[in-house]
Amino acid sequence: MNSEVRHHLSEELLTAYAAGALPEAFALVVATHLSMCDECRAMAESLDGIGGTLIEGLDGAAMDAGALEAVMARLDDAPAAPIRVDRGVLPAPVRAYIGGDLDAVKWKPVGMGVKQAVLKTSDSASARLLYIPAGAAMPEHSHRGMELTLVLQGAFEDDSDRFGPGDVEIADDEVDHTPVADVGADCICLAATEGRLRFKSWIPRLAQPFIGI
Amino acid sequence: MVAGTEKTTDAPWVAEMRRIRDDRDRAAFAALFGHFAPRVKAFLVKSGAEPSVAEDCAQDVMVTVWRKAHLFDPSRASVATWVFTIARNRRIDLLRRDRRPEPEDLTWGPSHEPDQSEVVEMNQETERLGAAIASLPEKQRVLIEKAFYGDLSHREIADITGLPLGTIKSRIRLALDRLRHAMR
Ligand SMILES: [Zn+2]
Ligand SMILES: [Zn+2]
Repeated sequence: MNSEVRHHLSEELLTAYAAGALPEAFALVVATHLSMCDECRAMAESLDGIGGTLIEGLDGAAMDAGALEAVMARLDDAPAAPIRVDRGVLPAPVRAYIGGDLDAVKWKPVGMGVKQAVLKTSDSASARLLYIPAGAAMPEHSHRGMELTLVLQGAFEDDSDRFGPGDVEIADDEVDHTPVADVGADCICLAATEGRLRFKSWIPRLAQPFIGI
Repeated sequence: MVAGTEKTTDAPWVAEMRRIRDDRDRAAFAALFGHFAPRVKAFLVKSGAEPSVAEDCAQDVMVTVWRKAHLFDPSRASVATWVFTIARNRRIDLLRRDRRPEPEDLTWGPSHEPDQSEVVEMNQETERLGAAIASLPEKQRVLIEKAFYGDLSHREIADITGLPLGTIKSRIRLALDRLRHAMR
């Protein structure tokens, strides 16, 4: 957990996450931020509480005859398996998508030393890890629709502000930005975009069909 | 439409959850089923599922309640809230076939036995929240409900999730502000 987070998720995003209405890629960014931020975690839990209150207040719909017996037949008496909590460099939600920790990420270069790894989510939006070497700039790009960029390690700066570990930048299609990593450390981000990410310089654009973005 | 304003210190269904977890108590499970299965089914129908699909799903949700009983922590959520999260996640893989990424969990687990005072506090908070939702102006309450049933159009969802300000977004924000105020 990180108490130094300065850029949080919006209430709208947290509500949509609680309601289960976010595309998978955005839900991944939200879940990862919640793993790093107590403040948003508390808000998310109270939003779940609203969901619980709504379900409690519903008039039930009658279950089919024999439903209880059918469910009872599926219960087993085995004691519940203990939960393993593995710690890692990357937050658990991201590790679940990589199938391992930072050393298992299959990076692909996108130019200027920047690397990315696209994570497999449903197509409604796309998620990727970005690796920006210390002091380097993310190739200039724009996007259709919303983009969430969450810093996992290091920090970056763009026209709007500076973003450190746990910080999330919410950008829309108006934004045409060039994040630059701090000189101190390489920057690793988790980013989700609604539309395709479009790089402006010719090298990444040529490479786009091959790297699946 | 919202119950739960009566003053009790015993959080509802927590005792049954403990008996399910510790003794694999089927009678406690049957009682929980009688209360929650029809509500979960109604929730899924309101979310747009066919009644037969909602029935199957509600049954799956109750099986998950049994299997994951050891993950329930009464100091962090009411039983209704916990059941809601299971039903919501089931709805996501049912209607959208998306995975549901969950945040990292550090404290949940069989070794963590919460303090009784935390359980009581959570219960009081839940009751306050129920009363606060019940007292919301009709329009705000309906929107909150629609948002949680996943009953908003793509455009409306975009208004909630996206950056442009829309009436829906500001109404929901207003409702949330009121709720937060009531929780202080
Ligand atoms: Zn936050
Ligand atoms: Zn961008």
